[in-house]
Amino acid sequence: MLINVLQIIVGAILLVTGLLAIESKSIIKSVIYLSLLSMMSVVAFVFMKAPDVAITEAVIGSGLVTALFVFTLLGMKKVGENK
Amino acid sequence: MKRFLSLLLVFALGGLMISYLYQSDLIPQYGFANVAESVSHFYINKNVNGGTILPDFGSSGFETAAANIVTSIVANYRSFDTLGEVTVLFVSALGVALLLGATQTKRLTTSFEANFILRVGSKALFAIMVMTGLFIAIHGHLTPGGGFPGGSMIASAFLLLYISDDHYRAKIKNLKFLEGIAGALYVGIGLVGLFLTGYFLENFLNVGTIGELFSAGIVPIVYVLIGLKVGSELANIIDHFLTEEEA
Repeated sequence: MLINVLQIIVGAILLVTGLLAIESKSIIKSVIYLSLLSMMSVVAFVFMKAPDVAITEAVIGSGLVTALFVFTLLGMKKVGENK
Repeated sequence: MKRFLSLLLVFALGGLMISYLYQSDLIPQYGFANVAESVSHFYINKNVNGGTILPDFGSSGFETAAANIVTSIVANYRSFDTLGEVTVLFVSALGVALLLGATQTKRLTTSFEANFILRVGSKALFAIMVMTGLFIAIHGHLTPGGGFPGGSMIASAFLLLYISDDHYRAKIKNLKFLEGIAGALYVGIGLVGLFLTGYFLENFLNVGTIGELFSAGIVPIVYVLIGLKVGSELANIIDHFLTEEEA
Protein backbone atom coordinates (compact mmCIF):
# COMPACT_ATOMS: atom_id res chain seq x y z
CA MET A 1 0.00 0.00 0.00
CA LEU A 2 2.75 2.42 1.01
CA ILE A 3 4.75 1.35 -2.04
CA ASN A 4 1.76 2.10 -4.28
CA VAL A 5 1.37 5.60 -2.85
CA LEU A 6 5.11 6.25 -3.20
CA GLN A 7 5.01 5.00 -6.80
CA ILE A 8 2.21 7.43 -7.62
CA ILE A 9 4.13 10.30 -5.98
CA VAL A 10 7.32 9.43 -7.88
CA GLY A 11 5.37 9.18 -11.14
CA ALA A 12 3.83 12.61 -10.55
CA ILE A 13 7.26 14.13 -9.85
CA LEU A 14 8.56 12.48 -13.04
CA LEU A 15 5.78 14.07 -15.10
CA VAL A 16 6.22 17.50 -13.50
CA THR A 17 10.02 17.54 -13.91
CA GLY A 18 9.69 16.36 -17.51
CA LEU A 19 7.28 19.22 -18.30
CA LEU A 20 9.53 21.71 -16.49
CA ALA A 21 12.54 20.48 -18.46
CA ILE A 22 10.67 21.17 -21.70
CA GLU A 23 9.09 24.46 -20.70
CA SER A 24 11.81 26.28 -18.71
CA LYS A 25 13.30 29.27 -20.50
CA SER A 26 17.00 28.93 -19.60
CA ILE A 27 18.89 25.89 -20.91
CA ILE A 28 20.89 25.30 -17.72
CA LYS A 29 17.65 24.97 -15.73
CA SER A 30 16.40 22.45 -18.30
CA VAL A 31 19.57 20.39 -17.78
CA ILE A 32 19.12 20.43 -14.01
CA TYR A 33 15.47 19.37 -14.33
CA LEU A 34 16.57 16.55 -16.64
CA SER A 35 19.05 15.43 -13.98
CA LEU A 36 16.28 15.50 -11.37
CA LEU A 37 14.13 13.39 -13.73
CA SER A 38 16.94 10.82 -13.92
CA MET A 39 17.24 10.72 -10.13
CA MET A 40 13.50 10.14 -9.76
CA SER A 41 13.52 7.46 -12.48
CA VAL A 42 16.22 5.67 -10.43
CA VAL A 43 13.70 5.46 -7.57
CA ALA A 44 11.03 4.27 -10.00
CA PHE A 45 13.34 1.53 -11.34
CA VAL A 46 14.06 0.35 -7.79
CA PHE A 47 10.30 0.14 -7.17
CA MET A 48 9.95 -1.95 -10.32
CA LYS A 49 12.66 -4.32 -8.96
CA ALA A 50 15.28 -3.51 -11.62
CA PRO A 51 18.41 -2.63 -9.61
CA ASP A 52 20.72 -3.20 -12.60
CA VAL A 53 18.96 -0.53 -14.64
CA ALA A 54 18.77 1.74 -11.58
CA ILE A 55 22.56 1.69 -11.06
CA THR A 56 23.22 2.41 -14.74
CA GLU A 57 20.68 5.23 -14.79
CA ALA A 58 22.14 6.75 -11.60
CA VAL A 59 25.67 6.80 -13.01
CA ILE A 60 24.96 7.80 -16.61
CA GLY A 61 21.68 9.73 -16.49
CA SER A 62 22.22 11.95 -13.49
CA GLY A 63 26.03 11.95 -13.42
CA LEU A 64 27.88 11.83 -16.72
CA VAL A 65 25.26 13.26 -19.07
CA THR A 66 24.45 16.21 -16.82
CA ALA A 67 28.13 17.06 -16.38
CA LEU A 68 28.75 16.86 -20.14
CA PHE A 69 25.73 19.12 -20.84
CA VAL A 70 26.85 21.65 -18.24
CA PHE A 71 30.40 21.77 -19.56
CA THR A 72 29.25 22.06 -23.16
CA LEU A 73 27.10 25.03 -22.09
CA LEU A 74 30.11 26.55 -20.30
CA GLY A 75 32.20 26.06 -23.43
CA MET A 76 29.74 27.80 -25.72
CA LYS A 77 30.14 31.54 -26.21
CA LYS A 78 27.13 33.78 -26.34
CA VAL A 79 26.47 35.70 -29.57
CA GLY A 80 28.20 39.06 -29.43
CA GLU A 81 30.61 38.06 -26.70
CA ASN A 82 34.10 38.91 -27.93
CA LYS A 83 36.53 36.61 -26.15
CA MET B 1 -2.54 26.63 -30.60
CA LYS B 2 0.56 24.61 -31.44
CA ARG B 3 1.07 23.63 -27.80
CA PHE B 4 -2.60 22.70 -27.43
CA LEU B 5 -2.37 20.47 -30.49
CA SER B 6 0.77 18.76 -29.22
CA LEU B 7 -0.88 18.18 -25.82
CA LEU B 8 -3.87 16.66 -27.57
CA LEU B 9 -1.58 14.43 -29.66
CA VAL B 10 0.31 13.25 -26.57
CA PHE B 11 -2.90 12.42 -24.72
CA ALA B 12 -4.31 10.56 -27.74
CA LEU B 13 -1.14 8.48 -28.17
CA GLY B 14 -0.89 7.77 -24.44
CA GLY B 15 -4.54 6.75 -24.25
CA LEU B 16 -4.08 4.44 -27.23
CA MET B 17 -1.02 2.79 -25.66
CA ILE B 18 -2.59 2.35 -22.23
CA SER B 19 -5.84 0.95 -23.62
CA TYR B 20 -3.89 -1.49 -25.80
CA LEU B 21 -1.64 -2.63 -22.95
CA TYR B 22 -4.58 -3.18 -20.60
CA GLN B 23 -6.78 -5.14 -22.98
CA SER B 24 -4.29 -7.24 -24.90
CA ASP B 25 -3.93 -10.90 -24.05
CA LEU B 26 -0.30 -10.86 -25.20
CA ILE B 27 0.80 -8.61 -22.34
CA PRO B 28 -0.08 -9.84 -18.84
CA GLN B 29 -0.96 -7.56 -15.93
CA TYR B 30 1.98 -6.06 -14.06
CA GLY B 31 3.27 -8.69 -11.62
CA PHE B 32 1.09 -11.50 -12.98
CA ALA B 33 3.24 -12.91 -15.77
CA ASN B 34 3.38 -16.70 -15.90
CA VAL B 35 7.12 -17.37 -15.84
CA ALA B 36 6.78 -21.13 -16.38
CA GLU B 37 5.49 -20.57 -19.93
CA SER B 38 8.19 -18.19 -21.10
CA VAL B 39 11.90 -18.62 -21.77
CA SER B 40 12.91 -16.81 -18.55
CA HIS B 41 11.94 -19.96 -16.66
CA PHE B 42 15.07 -21.64 -18.09
CA TYR B 43 17.26 -18.72 -17.11
CA ILE B 44 15.95 -18.86 -13.53
CA ASN B 45 16.70 -22.60 -13.35
CA LYS B 46 20.15 -21.77 -14.84
CA ASN B 47 19.91 -24.51 -17.44
CA VAL B 48 18.43 -24.09 -20.92
CA ASN B 49 18.38 -27.86 -21.48
CA GLY B 50 15.81 -28.49 -18.76
CA GLY B 51 17.67 -28.90 -15.49
CA THR B 52 15.62 -29.47 -12.38
CA ILE B 53 18.09 -28.59 -9.57
CA LEU B 54 16.80 -25.70 -7.46
CA PRO B 55 19.29 -22.85 -7.82
CA ASP B 56 20.50 -21.64 -4.46
CA PHE B 57 23.67 -20.21 -2.97
CA GLY B 58 26.28 -22.94 -2.55
CA SER B 59 24.77 -25.40 -5.02
CA SER B 60 26.56 -26.35 -8.21
CA GLY B 61 26.09 -28.34 -11.39
CA PHE B 62 24.46 -25.66 -13.55
CA GLU B 63 25.05 -24.44 -17.07
CA THR B 64 25.90 -20.97 -15.76
CA ALA B 65 26.54 -20.24 -12.09
CA ALA B 66 26.04 -16.47 -12.15
CA ALA B 67 23.92 -15.51 -9.14
CA ASN B 68 22.64 -12.43 -10.99
CA ILE B 69 20.23 -13.67 -13.68
CA VAL B 70 20.57 -10.44 -15.69
CA THR B 71 24.33 -10.95 -15.95
CA SER B 72 23.94 -14.59 -16.94
CA ILE B 73 21.84 -13.38 -19.89
CA VAL B 74 23.89 -10.30 -20.79
CA ALA B 75 27.36 -11.83 -20.59
CA ASN B 76 26.66 -15.49 -21.32
CA TYR B 77 23.52 -16.40 -23.29
CA ARG B 78 23.28 -13.09 -25.17
CA SER B 79 26.96 -12.18 -25.15
CA PHE B 80 26.98 -11.55 -28.89
CA ASP B 81 24.40 -8.77 -28.36
CA THR B 82 26.67 -7.26 -25.73
CA LEU B 83 29.54 -7.30 -28.24
CA GLY B 84 27.29 -5.32 -30.58
CA GLU B 85 26.41 -2.92 -27.78
CA VAL B 86 30.09 -2.31 -27.03
CA THR B 87 30.59 -1.71 -30.76
CA VAL B 88 27.80 0.89 -30.75
CA LEU B 89 29.53 2.71 -27.90
CA PHE B 90 32.83 2.49 -29.79
CA VAL B 91 31.25 4.01 -32.90
CA SER B 92 29.77 6.88 -30.89
CA ALA B 93 33.17 7.55 -29.29
CA LEU B 94 34.62 7.52 -32.80
CA GLY B 95 32.04 10.08 -33.90
CA VAL B 96 32.92 12.36 -30.97
CA ALA B 97 36.61 12.03 -31.83
CA LEU B 98 35.91 12.87 -35.48
CA LEU B 99 33.88 15.96 -34.60
CA LEU B 100 35.84 17.33 -31.66
CA GLY B 101 39.31 15.87 -32.08
CA ALA B 102 42.17 18.15 -33.09
CA THR B 103 45.93 17.82 -33.22
CA GLN B 104 46.66 20.83 -31.01
CA THR B 105 44.33 21.00 -28.03
CA LYS B 106 44.27 22.86 -24.76
CA ARG B 107 42.11 22.57 -21.68
CA LEU B 108 38.79 24.38 -21.45
CA THR B 109 39.45 27.01 -18.79
CA THR B 110 36.90 27.76 -16.10
CA SER B 111 36.84 31.01 -14.21
CA PHE B 112 37.73 29.69 -10.75
CA GLU B 113 41.10 28.64 -9.37
CA ALA B 114 41.10 25.32 -7.48
CA ASN B 115 42.67 25.51 -4.03
CA PHE B 116 44.94 22.94 -2.39
CA ILE B 117 42.28 21.08 -0.38
CA LEU B 118 40.01 20.66 -3.40
CA ARG B 119 42.82 19.26 -5.54
CA VAL B 120 44.12 16.78 -2.92
CA GLY B 121 40.64 15.76 -1.76
CA SER B 122 39.45 15.07 -5.28
CA LYS B 123 42.52 12.89 -5.88
CA ALA B 124 41.63 10.81 -2.79
CA LEU B 125 38.02 10.59 -4.02
CA PHE B 126 39.30 9.55 -7.48
CA ALA B 127 40.93 6.44 -5.99
CA ILE B 128 37.76 5.52 -4.11
CA MET B 129 35.58 6.00 -7.19
CA VAL B 130 37.85 3.90 -9.41
CA MET B 131 37.88 1.15 -6.78
CA THR B 132 34.06 1.23 -6.53
CA GLY B 133 33.75 1.02 -10.31
CA LEU B 134 36.13 -1.94 -10.50
CA PHE B 135 34.31 -3.61 -7.58
CA ILE B 136 30.98 -3.30 -9.37
CA ALA B 137 32.50 -4.62 -12.61
CA ILE B 138 34.22 -7.57 -10.88
CA HIS B 139 31.14 -8.52 -8.83
CA GLY B 140 28.80 -8.18 -11.83
CA HIS B 141 27.84 -11.86 -11.70
CA LEU B 142 26.98 -11.71 -7.97
CA THR B 143 25.34 -8.32 -7.34
CA PRO B 144 23.37 -5.81 -9.44
CA GLY B 145 25.57 -3.80 -11.77
CA GLY B 146 28.33 -4.99 -14.04
CA GLY B 147 30.65 -3.78 -16.73
CA PHE B 148 28.65 -0.86 -18.09
CA PRO B 149 27.84 0.93 -14.78
CA GLY B 150 31.30 0.10 -13.41
CA GLY B 151 33.00 1.53 -16.47
CA SER B 152 30.84 4.66 -16.31
CA MET B 153 31.86 5.07 -12.67
CA ILE B 154 35.55 4.93 -13.66
CA ALA B 155 34.86 7.57 -16.33
CA SER B 156 33.07 9.84 -13.84
CA ALA B 157 36.13 9.57 -11.57
CA PHE B 158 38.16 11.04 -14.45
CA LEU B 159 35.48 13.71 -14.86
CA LEU B 160 35.96 14.66 -11.18
CA LEU B 161 39.70 15.21 -11.76
CA TYR B 162 38.94 17.30 -14.85
CA ILE B 163 36.46 19.47 -12.93
CA SER B 164 38.61 20.01 -9.85
CA ASP B 165 41.91 20.85 -11.56
CA ASP B 166 42.08 23.32 -14.40
CA HIS B 167 45.39 22.01 -15.77
CA TYR B 168 44.70 18.28 -15.55
CA ARG B 169 44.87 16.13 -18.67
CA ALA B 170 44.47 12.36 -18.53
CA LYS B 171 47.05 10.25 -20.38
CA ILE B 172 44.71 9.70 -23.30
CA LYS B 173 47.12 7.57 -25.31
CA ASN B 174 47.32 4.98 -22.52
CA LEU B 175 43.53 4.97 -22.18
CA LYS B 176 43.13 4.36 -25.92
CA PHE B 177 45.64 1.50 -25.70
CA LEU B 178 43.72 -0.03 -22.75
CA GLU B 179 40.45 0.27 -24.68
CA GLY B 180 41.86 -1.49 -27.72
CA ILE B 181 43.41 -4.28 -25.65
CA ALA B 182 40.18 -4.87 -23.71
CA GLY B 183 38.06 -5.00 -26.87
CA ALA B 184 40.49 -7.34 -28.62
CA LEU B 185 40.61 -9.66 -25.59
CA TYR B 186 36.79 -9.81 -25.55
CA VAL B 187 36.72 -10.95 -29.18
CA GLY B 188 39.67 -13.28 -28.44
CA ILE B 189 37.74 -14.99 -25.64
CA GLY B 190 34.85 -15.43 -28.06
CA LEU B 191 37.19 -17.02 -30.63
CA VAL B 192 38.65 -19.38 -28.00
CA GLY B 193 35.09 -20.47 -27.21
CA LEU B 194 34.47 -20.96 -30.92
CA PHE B 195 37.48 -23.27 -31.27
CA LEU B 196 36.91 -25.24 -28.04
CA THR B 197 33.13 -25.70 -28.03
CA GLY B 198 31.99 -24.78 -31.52
CA TYR B 199 30.02 -21.62 -30.67
CA PHE B 200 31.22 -18.01 -30.59
CA LEU B 201 31.48 -16.64 -27.01
CA GLU B 202 30.40 -19.99 -25.50
CA ASN B 203 31.53 -20.58 -21.93
CA PHE B 204 34.55 -22.92 -21.87
CA LEU B 205 35.64 -22.67 -18.22
CA ASN B 206 34.43 -24.54 -15.15
CA VAL B 207 31.34 -22.74 -13.82
CA GLY B 208 31.81 -23.63 -10.14
CA THR B 209 29.42 -22.82 -7.30
CA ILE B 210 26.73 -20.11 -7.20
CA GLY B 211 27.70 -17.16 -5.01
CA GLU B 212 31.49 -17.50 -5.12
CA LEU B 213 33.70 -14.83 -6.66
CA PHE B 214 35.45 -17.29 -8.96
CA SER B 215 32.40 -18.81 -10.55
CA ALA B 216 30.29 -18.55 -13.73
CA GLY B 217 33.19 -19.32 -16.07
CA ILE B 218 34.00 -16.54 -18.54
CA VAL B 219 31.28 -14.15 -17.28
CA PRO B 220 33.39 -12.20 -14.74
CA ILE B 221 36.36 -12.02 -17.14
CA VAL B 222 34.18 -10.69 -19.94
CA TYR B 223 32.48 -8.18 -17.65
CA VAL B 224 35.77 -6.83 -16.27
CA LEU B 225 37.00 -6.38 -19.86
CA ILE B 226 33.77 -4.58 -20.78
CA GLY B 227 34.14 -2.37 -17.70
CA LEU B 228 37.71 -1.36 -18.63
CA LYS B 229 36.70 -0.74 -22.25
CA VAL B 230 33.64 1.36 -21.39
CA GLY B 231 35.57 3.30 -18.73
CA SER B 232 38.47 4.24 -20.99
CA GLU B 233 36.11 5.02 -23.88
CA LEU B 234 33.93 7.37 -21.84
CA ALA B 235 37.06 9.00 -20.35
CA ASN B 236 38.16 9.67 -23.94
CA ILE B 237 34.79 11.27 -24.71
CA ILE B 238 35.06 13.44 -21.57
CA ASP B 239 38.56 14.54 -22.59
CA HIS B 240 37.26 15.52 -26.03
CA PHE B 241 34.43 17.52 -24.48
CA LEU B 242 36.62 19.38 -21.99
CA THR B 243 39.38 20.35 -24.40
CA GLU B 244 39.24 22.81 -27.23
CA GLU B 245 41.18 23.49 -30.35
CA GLU B 246 44.13 25.81 -29.91
CA ALA B 247 43.53 28.89 -31.98
